[in-house]
Amino acid sequence: MSGNTLSAPFPSTHHRATRPPLALLRSAGNRLLPWLLPLSLLALWQLGASRGWISPQVLPSPHFVWLTLQDLYSSGDLWLNVQASMQRVLVGFAAGSLLGLALGAAMGLWRPLEAYILPTFNALVQIPVLAWLPFVLLLVGIGEPLKYILIAKAALVPVTLNTLQGFRQTPASLLEVARVYGYTRRQQVLEVVLPHALPTLFTGLRLGFTKAWLSLVVVELVASSEGLGYLIVYGRQLFQLDLVMAAVIVVGAIGYAIDKLLDVAEARAGGGQAATRLGTASTGVHA
Amino acid sequence: MTTAQTRSFPKAGALHAWLRARWRGLVLPAAAILAWWALARLDWVSTPLLVSPGKVLDTAASQISSGRLWRALSASLAREFTGFAIGTTLGLVLGALLGLLPLFNRIVGPSFNTFKQISLFAWIPLISVWFGLGDVAKVTFLSLAALVPVVVNTCDGIRSTPTTLLEVARVFGYTRWQTLLHVVLPAAAPSIFTGVYLALIYSWLATIGAEYLLVAGHGIGNTLIEGSEHFQMDLVIFGMFVIGLVGWSMNALARALERRLARHRYGAA
Repeated sequence: MSGNTLSAPFPSTHHRATRPPLALLRSAGNRLLPWLLPLSLLALWQLGASRGWISPQVLPSPHFVWLTLQDLYSSGDLWLNVQASMQRVLVGFAAGSLLGLALGAAMGLWRPLEAYILPTFNALVQIPVLAWLPFVLLLVGIGEPLKYILIAKAALVPVTLNTLQGFRQTPASLLEVARVYGYTRRQQVLEVVLPHALPTLFTGLRLGFTKAWLSLVVVELVASSEGLGYLIVYGRQLFQLDLVMAAVIVVGAIGYAIDKLLDVAEARAGGGQAATRLGTASTGVHA
Repeated sequence: MTTAQTRSFPKAGALHAWLRARWRGLVLPAAAILAWWALARLDWVSTPLLVSPGKVLDTAASQISSGRLWRALSASLAREFTGFAIGTTLGLVLGALLGLLPLFNRIVGPSFNTFKQISLFAWIPLISVWFGLGDVAKVTFLSLAALVPVVVNTCDGIRSTPTTLLEVARVFGYTRWQTLLHVVLPAAAPSIFTGVYLALIYSWLATIGAEYLLVAGHGIGNTLIEGSEHFQMDLVIFGMFVIGLVGWSMNALARALERRLARHRYGAA
């Protein structure tokens, strides 16, 4: 924390407290400060709703949203929809990332293949998932395959590109050493190229999952009859904004949890170096 | 002989060189188009979904000549640039505040980080209730899409100003304003540019999304929906092509601009 304060262009004018009680107070203050904004917003929201400043058709009260959330949970609807969404995202992600790993590795290990495939790949990547949707919709209909294909496509892109990059970034000096030691091609790949590619590979998988989750919500918003995205659309159609907000909160919470989980997994897999680099770069705001 | 040819026909030479370097990348698309054409021609499968490349070209020609493409595209682009401009401006301000003021960062930063975790598209139903289905709602959504990457990268860029540079500025007795203008801003510029570049791409994706989910009015996304609803595969393929082309052009434009700025920076240094 102190490092962060130092690296800020204009360090705050208060200096480190010398007396322990004051320091204690300050650290408590630092821990409480992040809650100031959300709590005051929440209070304002609740106050506005209970005083009748905001119509419940425009913004239901937090209490009401909380009740709806509890209702969703106890009726089992929440679990049903979460399950449907999770299954889609897992199947799509598994298919897309496996294909991406294979494609990226193949292009990474065999340069001519890259020359043949990468330009077409790059051109197709320019078309976002939402633009593929009507095309795939016409081809396979509105069923589950549509969701699997689109989510797989979303995961495929970052996984492929990161895998390719990972396989390409082996330092030439290491490869030379391997050659001097008479490593076979197989040994070179397994013992030199792959370990070096691993952190980048994980970054790709992580990005892939984030994209898959994002696409899941989009696809379910447009075309589905169950799932978290559908819950949002359904609530919107019935003008039950409490349901919409509850579903948005669940989507956000799951996305957040998955992101944190992958953070930990990536730190374990990629070693401390990659983790700290991403940890600071991705947020830029210390927690 | 080759050199003489290159000298006398510089353009043809460049094309030749480009082809020599890139011909392998054209093999796959050429083969795919050939297979598509053959499949449509041979009538092995009879489904209205398998339209011939010629039909797609016809649709493209009629969309272009009737002015429908232009109407849809200009509506989409106008929305995208409005949203991009609003979102980027707000993002620069918010990002700068987060980067420069530690106290502000401590209060707002965590909330912002939580906010950006929520999938952007999940906001659309709420936005549609608050702002309707028209351009106001769409531009609000696009601004939100552009805002997030700009805030993150601006704040990041400012916070990662090398400490040594700041110390030098302090030694030279720079005022706050001078430090900001001559030290922090140049150091943060590449990161800020990355944020703006991402905002351009995100807001284009969001444009398509907004047209999908807030269905009202014209736009290239509506062209796609129309094609999908009427089972016109040719219209769908044409729409996909246009969307991809616009995305690609924005990418190319931003990259060219970035190269130019970088050269300018290093040239001056």
